[in-house]
Amino acid sequence: MHIVVCLKQVPESQNVRIDPKTNTLIRQGVASVLNPFDYFALEAALTIKDERLDTKVTAITMGPPQAKEVLMDALSRGADDAILISHRAFAGADTWATSFTLAAAIRRLEPVDLIVCGKQAIDGDTAQVGPELATILNRPYATYVKSFEFVDDSHLKITRQTDEGVAVWRLPLPALVTVLKDVGEPRPRSYRATLRARRYEIPVWGPEELGVDEDSVGLKGSYTQVVRIFSPERKKDRIMLRGSVEEMVDELYYWLKEQRVPGL
Amino acid sequence: MKPLVDKELCVACGECIDACPVGAISVGDECAEISDECTLCGMCVDACQYGAISMPDVGTGADEDLSRYKGVWVFVEWRHGTVHRVSYELLTVGRKLAEKKGTDLCAVIQGHKLDGVEKDLFRYGAKTVYVVDHPSLAHFTDEIYGNVLVELVRRYRPEILLAGGTSTGRSFIPRVAAMLQTGLTADCTELDINDEGLLLQTRPAFGGNIMASILCPYRRPQIATVRPKVLRAEPLDMPVDGQVVRPDLPGACFVSRVEVLEEQVLEGPGANIAEADVVVSGGRGLQRKENFAMLEELASLLNGAVGASRGAVEAGLADPSQQVGQTGRTVAPVLYMAVGISGAVQHVVGMQGSKVIVAVNRDPEAPIFDVCHFGVVADLFEFVPAFIRKIRKERGEEV
Ligand SMILES: Cc1cc2nc3c(=O)[nH]c(=O)nc-3n(C[C@H](O)[C@H](O)[C@H](O)COP(=O)(O)OP(=O)(O)OC[C@H]3O[C@@H](n4cnc5c(N)ncnc54)[C@H](O)[C@@H]3O)c2cc1C
Ligand SMILES: Cc1cc2nc3c(=O)[nH]c(=O)nc-3n(C[C@H](O)[C@H](O)[C@H](O)COP(=O)(O)OP(=O)(O)OC[C@H]3O[C@@H](n4cnc5c(N)ncnc54)[C@H](O)[C@@H]3O)c2cc1C
Repeated sequence: MHIVVCLKQVPESQNVRIDPKTNTLIRQGVASVLNPFDYFALEAALTIKDERLDTKVTAITMGPPQAKEVLMDALSRGADDAILISHRAFAGADTWATSFTLAAAIRRLEPVDLIVCGKQAIDGDTAQVGPELATILNRPYATYVKSFEFVDDSHLKITRQTDEGVAVWRLPLPALVTVLKDVGEPRPRSYRATLRARRYEIPVWGPEELGVDEDSVGLKGSYTQVVRIFSPERKKDRIMLRGSVEEMVDELYYWLKEQRVPGL
Repeated sequence: MKPLVDKELCVACGECIDACPVGAISVGDECAEISDECTLCGMCVDACQYGAISMPDVGTGADEDLSRYKGVWVFVEWRHGTVHRVSYELLTVGRKLAEKKGTDLCAVIQGHKLDGVEKDLFRYGAKTVYVVDHPSLAHFTDEIYGNVLVELVRRYRPEILLAGGTSTGRSFIPRVAAMLQTGLTADCTELDINDEGLLLQTRPAFGGNIMASILCPYRRPQIATVRPKVLRAEPLDMPVDGQVVRPDLPGACFVSRVEVLEEQVLEGPGANIAEADVVVSGGRGLQRKENFAMLEELASLLNGAVGASRGAVEAGLADPSQQVGQTGRTVAPVLYMAVGISGAVQHVVGMQGSKVIVAVNRDPEAPIFDVCHFGVVADLFEFVPAFIRKIRKERGEEV
């Protein structure tokens, strides 16, 4: 069984803010880390490998050269192989161009039985890459997967979270899943795997290796365009009350009315 | 590719150097220079007061005539016999967009045994309602829901398509966008038509710390999702005199590789917390299970639901189905009231998207006060009953 895990490198904290005066991004601790949800994607793949010894796990990421770090991390936790998809032409990709590029890479890694993605990335926050990638590769998929088991060698039984409960599906392989934290606590790095990772030369693939036209990837291959980035309107200043309960009750009541809270 | 620097306009002031998150900009003698480190994030474009920096164009390559696409469509989500509220919210904003564009608002509804639900959509201004009623649409699957919507879009060519950012919409709309090879903007909080007639989509990113305005200039339809409760639903006084169209679709649309084995609707006291407009949550500060009764009374006065912190669930004061937070449910009601909850980060991530957050805690240093909009420093056992009395009194009820 061959499993590909898609990993994204993201800024360490979502706490990026825009300086209201200069309208620029305040750079504080812009260290990059693995998207926290992607640890669970990796864990899901490694759990399958624990049970099915013939499983190979390949970690891939598209990003700048330093995105190699998240692949090193994945190798140190037990991934067998890693590919860095990196080239200037990939910059500025929207979710379509990202999915298109990842799809081109996965085609080169075929046969691939299962692709695992995180629930969403904490920076772009769209949760679109998993389903778009599956669609481009013409594979069935399931999002928000909480748990899965093999029914036989070519079918998974998955439980996915829905807004009102859960749904249980039978999913034929090859397929793609995006997983929730319920799939298992991410394992730590292992000593042996870390030693191996240090010697591992991560291949870097660009448009040429992928066999794609530079115009079909990155910003040029994107359908959406970010035209403006700005700070959210600051919420009204916080109101803090203390003192007489009767007065506070009145103030809260009229304030909530003003906010047009339904039911009042 | 890199952003373009207009040498005429650039004054070499260096503002953009600070704006660049990857340190790709330096300023030469005459103008800013951008290195290969650039990730095309666009921060410098906004930072430049002289308008000297602009982004290179996104992919053109539309081989189709965009003017053939007309109308604003809303995908109406049907769930277990009812229309999901987000669909009414979308029809309301869709109506305004259609007016601004001088075009029609249409709705698409898919499901099974949809007796008469389309009537309701005329009250929100839909001129045409496309109804696809088929046994294989009784349960949601990405494939069939996606195939049907794609087929309809190809046939009728709307220029704008809106859908709810629910677990359903967030799952299958990306499939629709990818099949149609067009752009998709997730979780918009504002939608408008810009001067060029394009859909201007504004959405938060980086966990709400940044807002981005996004266009899809060269592809159709322009597709956006919006989370429930972000916009308001406003019915018309008089329903429009619209038509119902029941398109005949090829059998291939209704084939799915996925088999639905089971669907479970979560039960328990917390079943509706994700949908409620008002959530009143209690923490360990409630001390005893019986004390949750006053939160229930308050919540029912406001047509709301009762949530809880993990502290309260672990202490046996509340049911696990009620837990809000990292290991519980994520809620984003119009009003979230945190009563006797300290505000641990694992709790906050599950409720920070709420429109109005009110905290009641006797400890003025409690971290919950850092995230709330209205903080009440008080003993909850005094405050909550007094607040209930106030609401009843205002309503003219016996207290
Ligand atoms: C402020 C802002 C707003 C944006 N809004 C939109 C928008 O509305 N629509 C749009 O199309 N694009 C948008 N983008 C661009 C989008 O963020 C990028 O395309 C990004 O590469 C992927 O989207 P995401 O971060 O939302 O990932 P998600 O779709 O949330 O990621 C889901 C999973 O896909 C996998 N994955 C995602 N990216 C990669 C990668 N580079 N390498 C390997 N695996 C990956 C991971 O498993 C991840 O957990 C926006 C960008 C910014 C900066
Ligand atoms: C991996 C992990 C996941 C977690 N997931 C979640 C999660 O999903 N959801 C969640 O909620 N937590 C979660 N937690 C637990 C979280 O860290 C906190 O321990 C928990 O939220 C605390 O619950 P609490 O606020 O009710 O209790 P406490 O922290 O004990 O706070 C009680 C508060 O009540 C106030 N109080 C007491 N008496 C009164 C009174 N008479 N009047 C007014 N105020 C009073 C106190 O001042 C105090 O601030 C998680 C923790 C971990 C490690």
